[in-house]
Amino acid sequence: MDAQAMHIANGIVNGPVSAIFVVFAVAVLAVCVRRARADLDDRLAPMAGLVSAFIFAVQMLNFQVLPGVSGHLLGGTLAVILVGPWVGALCVSTVLIVQCLLFADGGLTAIGLNITNMALLGTAAGYLLVAGLLRVLPKNPGGLGVTAFAASVVSVVVASQGFVLEYALGGTTDLSLPWISGTMAGVHVLIGIGEGLIAATTVATVARVRPDLVYALRKFRKPVVLEEVAA
Amino acid sequence: MGAGHTHALYLDRGGRVHRLAPEVKIVAVLLFTIVVVVTPPAEFPAFAGYLVLLAGVAAVARVPALWLLKRATIELPFVLLAVALPVFGHGERIDWLGLSLSVEGLHGAWNILAKGTLGVLASLLLAATTTMRDLILGLDRLRVPAVFTQIATFMLRYIDVLADDARRMRIARLSRGYDPRFLWQVKAFAVGVGSLFLRSYERGERVYLAMVSRGYTGRLPHAESRKPATREWALAATLPLISLGIAVLA
Repeated sequence: MDAQAMHIANGIVNGPVSAIFVVFAVAVLAVCVRRARADLDDRLAPMAGLVSAFIFAVQMLNFQVLPGVSGHLLGGTLAVILVGPWVGALCVSTVLIVQCLLFADGGLTAIGLNITNMALLGTAAGYLLVAGLLRVLPKNPGGLGVTAFAASVVSVVVASQGFVLEYALGGTTDLSLPWISGTMAGVHVLIGIGEGLIAATTVATVARVRPDLVYALRKFRKPVVLEEVAA
Repeated sequence: MGAGHTHALYLDRGGRVHRLAPEVKIVAVLLFTIVVVVTPPAEFPAFAGYLVLLAGVAAVARVPALWLLKRATIELPFVLLAVALPVFGHGERIDWLGLSLSVEGLHGAWNILAKGTLGVLASLLLAATTTMRDLILGLDRLRVPAVFTQIATFMLRYIDVLADDARRMRIARLSRGYDPRFLWQVKAFAVGVGSLFLRSYERGERVYLAMVSRGYTGRLPHAESRKPATREWALAATLPLISLGIAVLA
């Protein structure tokens, strides 16, 4: 269900609902742009570009899960851990806009829906989980890997349920909602596991070699330095 | 990376559509797609009209029909879903070739198929006639926040960095006697994905610092150099205007 589920095409959800979600996406992205300006320094700017390129590449991996039903990786959690929630949401949105304009993937009028699901819902869910889990788990490559895996699974499923909500509000065809919801959730748990493994290995390697590049570890860094000074 | 910074879908023809300012083309395609999506699905002649209109644009832009059709297969995954609709849909059913199909599902499938195909064709025409750099410049002139265009610029540039580094790592593995078969390739890739990311980052960081030291401030140069003439806006406006005309008449 790749094109329909994650990349919604033109004409699947009706005009008014699409328009509402465009307004919603623009409003939230405006907040992200304002918050991202403070984050985007010399280290984060190339990282944001690379994370986007990486997400772009992994979104091309389509998993054939059931006959006629496939899905792809989203990469929102990876973005959250490496560049933070604000820049992360912008990274995924940029990927979606470029895919739509340059590669004709996902409908132009469905862009609000796609951004809401993948860039906003998925990233927000991933961020909340990452922030929560990192409070209890060890702040080392292993703990970060586990966090990345768990947050990926949840964020992908949440993003897929965003589509169900939009379809319930303005679907142009009549399919039973519980069926869609169930299929989407089932397929995306599997996708989430695949995504979680990729995100976990990537994040763990980066944390091991260049921990200074991991945004999620930033706020835990200062106390460590202070302790060393005190000792 | 040195070769022109184009993308896979760009078709280098010196046509009139190629020379239009990018922001003009983006707006035209956006408006056209909106007209297509709000057209009621039962207006069959309107959709035929849109298709003829796009064929006209393709002819003016000198984009071959076969080239377009081949790239339009990108929508195949969701066409598969459209095929499923008549079979699983609800409501009144008709028999066709021994299959029991839902009428509502058939309408839904047509709706998705027609609007999706027209949208994909319009986007493909935009991509075929506009370079990556021009698209980003166009978005920049349409007042898209600089954060976006900055991320997009780096993203498109780093895709090549990633692909090249992945290729180098594969060659390095092969030249050390690694002879992967089928699925075992995946294992090596999965183990190496983290280091691929890091290698690409460090390469990209050097590129970025080189750009900064040459005066890069977050925007591509010459963003304000050429304002599109009214004539260009008028020319590009024919696409959404004619489609609007078709929608009203049909």
